[in-house]
Amino acid sequence: MESARWRRLLVASATTALVVTLSACGAGATATPSSVALTFYYPVAVPGPITQLIDGYISKFEQQNPGITVKPVLSGGYPDTLTKIETTIKGGGTPPDVAVMLSTDLYSLVDSNAIQPLDSQIAAAGGDTYLSDFYPAFLANSRYQGHIWSLPFQRSTPVLFYNKDMFTAAGLDPSTGPANYQEMVSDAQKLTKPDGSTYGIEISSDGIPYWLFQSFVIGGGSNVVGSAPNQVNFDTPQAIQALQDFADLSAKYHVMPSGILQWANMPNDFVAGKAAMIWHSSGSLANILKQAKFNVGVSYTVGENGYGAPTGGGNLYMLKGIPASHQAAAWKFIQFMSSTDTQADWSINTGYIAARQSSYQTAAMKAYIAKTPQAAVAPAGLQYAKAELAAHDNAQIQKFLGDAVQAVLTGKSTPSAALATAQQQATQLLSTFKN
Amino acid sequence: MERRPRRGVAALPYLLIAPTLFFVALFTLWPTVLVAFDSLFLQNEAVQVPQFTGLGNYAALAGDSAFQQVVLNTVLYVVVTVPVSVVLALVLALALNRKLRALGLFRLAFFYPAILPMVSAATIWLFMYAPGYGLVNVFLGILHLPGQNWLGSANLALIALMILGIWKQTGYFMIFYLAGLQGLPHEVFEAANLDGASPLQTVRHLTLPLLMGTTLFVTTIAVVNAFETVDQIYIMTGGGPTNATTMLLFDIWQTLFSFFDQGKASAMSVILIGVLLIFTVVNFTQVERRATYE
Repeated sequence: MESARWRRLLVASATTALVVTLSACGAGATATPSSVALTFYYPVAVPGPITQLIDGYISKFEQQNPGITVKPVLSGGYPDTLTKIETTIKGGGTPPDVAVMLSTDLYSLVDSNAIQPLDSQIAAAGGDTYLSDFYPAFLANSRYQGHIWSLPFQRSTPVLFYNKDMFTAAGLDPSTGPANYQEMVSDAQKLTKPDGSTYGIEISSDGIPYWLFQSFVIGGGSNVVGSAPNQVNFDTPQAIQALQDFADLSAKYHVMPSGILQWANMPNDFVAGKAAMIWHSSGSLANILKQAKFNVGVSYTVGENGYGAPTGGGNLYMLKGIPASHQAAAWKFIQFMSSTDTQADWSINTGYIAARQSSYQTAAMKAYIAKTPQAAVAPAGLQYAKAELAAHDNAQIQKFLGDAVQAVLTGKSTPSAALATAQQQATQLLSTFKN
Repeated sequence: MERRPRRGVAALPYLLIAPTLFFVALFTLWPTVLVAFDSLFLQNEAVQVPQFTGLGNYAALAGDSAFQQVVLNTVLYVVVTVPVSVVLALVLALALNRKLRALGLFRLAFFYPAILPMVSAATIWLFMYAPGYGLVNVFLGILHLPGQNWLGSANLALIALMILGIWKQTGYFMIFYLAGLQGLPHEVFEAANLDGASPLQTVRHLTLPLLMGTTLFVTTIAVVNAFETVDQIYIMTGGGPTNATTMLLFDIWQTLFSFFDQGKASAMSVILIGVLLIFTVVNFTQVERRATYE
């Protein structure tokens, strides 16, 4: 095991050492014998006063649970959070007790032995009855090897935002968005202005291009996710058709700007009237409503056969290797953060979809939806949602598919060739995993 | 009679460089040895306990078409940004090395990009390159040229990053050339003037050879800058579209901290270290010797 010791001294250890030191300080400094001091890592992925909200939930939790303190650590974005935790573990340090990480990080976290299942705790809390209140789509990335590894916390799906005023002006029905891909194209053709000042639709393809691409595939009645975490279905006829549809929006129908569009620019283009429709995260709702000076409609992303979308966002995980005395407290905290009331408040203040159906029966949520009916659209659409792409070596697998999407959108490849390459790359990489 | 140096005198220089040597060894040499060692092992998401693989990681890189594109991108970036920045900096320095109205303002304007952190510069240029309303496209519109999706096009994205790189460092190099120009001996230029040398002849036969030391210095910095390109890729393109802007250092970072493939990332680091080492050795032995004699 000499090499395992070398591993600890790994070269990028400047970062590792820093993270280890910081988390070690964090874990040690606040611990007193009489109380349990938890550390909680969370990323920030949407605009808004996220840290104040988290601090508020924690102080409420600490009031309800004397003897438990929680130290929140803002850990950057999702990739930073995963990197911090993986390097901490590889460096031999103590990870946080609870962390919010992508639901799709599941296999990577299990492979690196970073997390522990929540089965016994869930069983004690009521088992399937307890789980039945969560939207099934949001648990799609939680199960593996017969265990439940995470509970949903900040979840979303892509939705279609449309400019109702432009719909009316173009003679379209402003009460509803397009029902399938063909309708979306014909709507977009009516909405696109010949002088280039307004495009019918904008769908971003930078960052994580596979995500919005999945909407096309799922709306076409299929999905790219394999039946096991060492399989993916990138080059099915439905996926090839879906990628052709995505590329046709600019190359054939000219209703979308060409090339790679940036995620961050989409809401700006929409509120500025440069795009009549955009696909974006449901989490952008609050921000878009705040800025738009026109009536905003929310509908679902579509494929050939109708509505369809992948889920997205982060779940609550309990880390492995935390002291046994912390586990009960960590589970209490996970339960609190995924509770009906917390999820309702979190949804109202951020635009994330509350993970529990009962959250939509609370008085606070009912009052909010009466005022902002658009907020009811995304949860109602969860029946069309399927699992987000997740596999072993997930970042790499997602990049293979994203690279294929970008290659086609920039005119460098055809859908069938690009997806065949992605499938072959993924198959080769995943062949090193037994199941 | 020659006197033999006393022991203490001989030890003193080593004693003086000892602290520096210690830290260089600790933070540069030792990690380099570790990286080279790690590059001989398979260690990734599938293989959590390192497995000896010899040169397996290098062989895998040699057959990896994405890595070949990364190398090509890096070479292109070096080959374009280094000469363009250096020549442009020299031209600017020659233009500003005289009495001009508002000279300070010009110098400040050209130097200003150098004091911006790269992250801020990249964010500014992200807006400048934005399709539709970005400043670059607005400017093209004034010239009746079609706007481009600079960062979203497979053919333009790397060029867009090169332009940013050149913009960012040229003013910095200009300052070195200005300093070099002001340190040149007046007598030779006066003599050339008396002999009736044209301005072009003066620059070619006097200024350029005399500034050889400065040129070497800024070229070295430019090459290192080119290999260190990472912030702007992270901010502006994420290496896309489809690896069109992925360069070596960014790829190393991505391979280790996104894909957790330590063996592969170590092998790539060894290659980067090797390339920079060869460049440094050539620079120190060949070119510098020549510069001294010219």
